[in-house]
Amino acid sequence: MKIAVCIKRVPDTETRVKVGAGGVAIDEAGVKFIVNPYDEFAVEEALQRREKAGGGEVVVVSLGPDAAQETIRTALAMGADRGILLKADAIPADGLAVAKAIAAELKDGGYDLILLGKMAVDDSNHQVGPMVAELLGLPCVTTVAKLELEGGKGVAEREIEGGVEVVEFALPAVLTCEKGLNTPRYPALKGIMAAKKKPIEVKPAAFGAVRLTATALTLPAERAAGRIVGEGPEAVPELVRLLQHEAKVL
Amino acid sequence: MATVLAVTEQRDGALRKVSREAVAAARQLADALGGTVDALVVGGPGVDAAGGKLGEAGADRVLVATHDTFGRYAPDGYAGTIAAQVKAGGYAAVVLAGTATGRDLAPRLAARLDVPLAVDVTSLEIAGGKVRASRPVYAGRAIQQVELDATPAILAIRPNTFAPAGSARAGTVSAIDAVPGTARVVVREVKAAERGALDVAEAPIVVSGGRGLKGPEHFHLLEDLARALGSAAVGASRAVVDAGWRPHAEQVGQTGKTVSPQLYIAVGISGAIQHLAGMRTAKVIVAINKDKDAPIFKVADYGIVGDAFEIVPKLTEAIAKVRAG
Repeated sequence: MKIAVCIKRVPDTETRVKVGAGGVAIDEAGVKFIVNPYDEFAVEEALQRREKAGGGEVVVVSLGPDAAQETIRTALAMGADRGILLKADAIPADGLAVAKAIAAELKDGGYDLILLGKMAVDDSNHQVGPMVAELLGLPCVTTVAKLELEGGKGVAEREIEGGVEVVEFALPAVLTCEKGLNTPRYPALKGIMAAKKKPIEVKPAAFGAVRLTATALTLPAERAAGRIVGEGPEAVPELVRLLQHEAKVL
Repeated sequence: MATVLAVTEQRDGALRKVSREAVAAARQLADALGGTVDALVVGGPGVDAAGGKLGEAGADRVLVATHDTFGRYAPDGYAGTIAAQVKAGGYAAVVLAGTATGRDLAPRLAARLDVPLAVDVTSLEIAGGKVRASRPVYAGRAIQQVELDATPAILAIRPNTFAPAGSARAGTVSAIDAVPGTARVVVREVKAAERGALDVAEAPIVVSGGRGLKGPEHFHLLEDLARALGSAAVGASRAVVDAGWRPHAEQVGQTGKTVSPQLYIAVGISGAIQHLAGMRTAKVIVAINKDKDAPIFKVADYGIVGDAFEIVPKLTEAIAKVRAG
């Protein structure tokens, strides 16, 4: 089974966001970067599928700056076979432009399965996976929380508001992964050593036209300081009074 | 010719509340452009388009596309049908709701039409004839403004942010053709959650619990409180989801859901950055925590310091009394 996993280098989820000098992106000084958490589920799923199939290849594709090679290295240390960096000093805010660059790379790769995280936790664009699928003319299921593959067919479960959809599709397909699909492994020392020798191919990302641009990045207004109503259960009547008559939410 | 298309959402033949929000957002754009709004209903043959009161929310026309396979979400059929109407209608913008369905559908539509998409939009304006959208990024720790330089601009709005505001229109209902196409994926079944269960991302009130509840067996305290409050959902912090106490569907925060309810009650949640990111846009925040220095009190409008096991039952009782009386 040949599987492509698309991963993104993103700021750590505990990062304190500061706006950079240009006013449209964050200040990256001192920021620690990680593999997008949802992409870790995609990498893990690919590794498990390869193991289950008794062979195959897991190719990690990342679009980003040179530093994204480290991100690819992390996935290689988890057990992926090789990496491809679609190099771009800046990642466009336009998800369709990103999807086109990725689709162009994957088009003739002969992949049975293309996996991505359901979203990146930095720009929360939530769109590259299904766009890649449309561009390649492949079936797509998003936010997959449970997956069964058997004989070229798949059944996936995805959470919707107040329920779960059970979705059928045929391979090759594009799936985006939700938390809960699996438990991503930590790279072992042996894996980290092995990853150093695995190949990463670097080529320029071909975006085409970028028609959605970021014009500003601002920090949200701070919430006004609240107050402690009181201590212990004795404070409950006052809280209820405030919710009812001051905040008017009851 | 209409200017903006609002795509509605139905479940079991009934239009969902977010449909009116999508129409309201479309109305806002259409007013800025001096145009009209079409609302598109895609569903099974029995779909109740009139029940959505879309005219009241600002739709000039309501277009209904039905097909035997559209009772459940049919990604390829829905995308094909909407794309055909967009091409026929020549819209400046298309607005969808950023629900589980909308987030799946909008990118498919954008790719088919070869136009860009902004997701999770919380405000909209027209500047120099182009659509500008604001959207939370970094899980709400920053707001990104984007400009879409294409026609139509595709926008998926965040639920609970656009309210229909007294701009009633005719909402004349007419049928259009469905374009089912080839279904590459098929929704075989929808397993419903517990009857009447609200999703944290959509509920007007959310009651969330964290490690301070000491174990999954104590979450019934929050379920009782949610029941007393009426339209409320139970949420959870990442710590308790990772510990397996609660399902991921309930997680509020960066790797969970971002919520904007009228009232958010955080019980036994200290308030890690990644949790605060997911709930800071709630209208009113209440925190109940043993530790008076917990960061959650910095964002809470009202706080009570103390033992959740003593406070929550009293609160449930008091709220039940208020709501009964």
